[in-house]
Amino acid sequence: MFDYNFHWRPVLKSFPDLIQAGFVTLEIASLAMLLGIVIGLCLALMRINMKGPLKWFAVTWIEIARNTPALFQLFFFGFGLGAFGINLSPFTIILTGLSFNCAGYLAENFRGGFQAIPVMQINSARCLGMNSWQAYTRIVIPQVLRIVYYPITNQMVWAVLMSSLGMLVGFKELSGETQFFASKTFRVFEYFAVAAVIYYVIVKIVLGASRLLAMRLFRY
Amino acid sequence: MIQIRDLHKHFGDLHVLKGINLDVSKGEVLSIIGSSGSGKSTLLYCINGLEAIQQGTVHINGTDVHAKNTDINKLRQKLGMVFQQWNSFPHLTTLENVALAPRIVKGKSKEEALELAAKQLKHVGLGDKLKNYPVSLSGGQQQRLAIARALAMEPEYMLFDEATSALDPEKVGEVLDTMRLLAEEGMTMICVTHEMGFAREVSDRVAYFHEGIMEEIGPPQQIFEDAQSEHTRKFLMNVR
Repeated sequence: MFDYNFHWRPVLKSFPDLIQAGFVTLEIASLAMLLGIVIGLCLALMRINMKGPLKWFAVTWIEIARNTPALFQLFFFGFGLGAFGINLSPFTIILTGLSFNCAGYLAENFRGGFQAIPVMQINSARCLGMNSWQAYTRIVIPQVLRIVYYPITNQMVWAVLMSSLGMLVGFKELSGETQFFASKTFRVFEYFAVAAVIYYVIVKIVLGASRLLAMRLFRY
Repeated sequence: MIQIRDLHKHFGDLHVLKGINLDVSKGEVLSIIGSSGSGKSTLLYCINGLEAIQQGTVHINGTDVHAKNTDINKLRQKLGMVFQQWNSFPHLTTLENVALAPRIVKGKSKEEALELAAKQLKHVGLGDKLKNYPVSLSGGQQQRLAIARALAMEPEYMLFDEATSALDPEKVGEVLDTMRLLAEEGMTMICVTHEMGFAREVSDRVAYFHEGIMEEIGPPQQIFEDAQSEHTRKFLMNVR
């Protein structure tokens, strides 16, 4: 029935390269998440607290990021901007694309988190003489971070897996590297099977690390 | 001294406070009683600027609370506030709950703030709960934590907004005892309360609010035994 002979030797030979590429994947996902968290937090605050252009800027960002394919967003930063003579490196394309996408999703997580904090928490802080910046940074945001912690973990997993789109804009993360070797050796199945296992392991490591971090961070 | 002159507060079409005039001098304990929706709590919110007002003035030691150029954060350090819902900060230990504001608002050093916090917590009887998170405290303990947190700012006035209304009946006593202690120490207090026993025994004056108007104010004995207003008599009959 099957007329296919497995050849694992080439995969094994380039295994160190694949692991190396796995680190690139982890790196790009982490960077995108870092940017995404900072931008997402700002977008959420803009959407909740601002009026006028700033609010609409945030709403538009969130709407586009969440309601169009991530691949299209990536293509926009790659080929879209390229058409206007703005040529970004593959690394910049995948980083901006992923950050853009993550920021949109995270903004909505943060918005939910902010809405879960009773307004009386802010009033209490203000009654102690804190200004609104202090009330936000000392009282509200620490509680929001706890609420959105697991959704953020989820988004991190999503970022690791979604970084595989880098392959389509010429960036050599794990998928790009895998594709490169696969087309060189025609061992497509073997390479992608091994890559899948590496993705799995990366995600497991991310989840384990986040669980350890949670145990340290949240003592209540 | 707290001076309130012709204070009006509207929530949209709702006229919640209809021209309140009230002076509270240093060292006085004033209890405000009245049915729900009579504007008692709103008055406290107007005193510390949590709610804007539409007419009239509130002065704390001569400073206009609602004036544009007033540094409200500075002014609020003089006014401790305790709410019906205790609003502990769940992510901080009791000690940190109390130490935070003295440190970041008043600029005290960490050691100084922690020492002060420990002192205040002992004062309200929570000396053995310094390292606990609020989630592990009972309602009464959390309310005493809220009192300690307000006291740590060394306020001149304390505002209590139905501080015992959300507590289990058997926890009411411990919070009232703490409030009593403060009164004995000479703290100036405005207590919106449904605890008639407390109002009667602890206050210097009792004010009765009815539909946004301060109908009657006087020494507890006068209010509880010789009320002039029909509404006051009816209210006191119902709560007894």
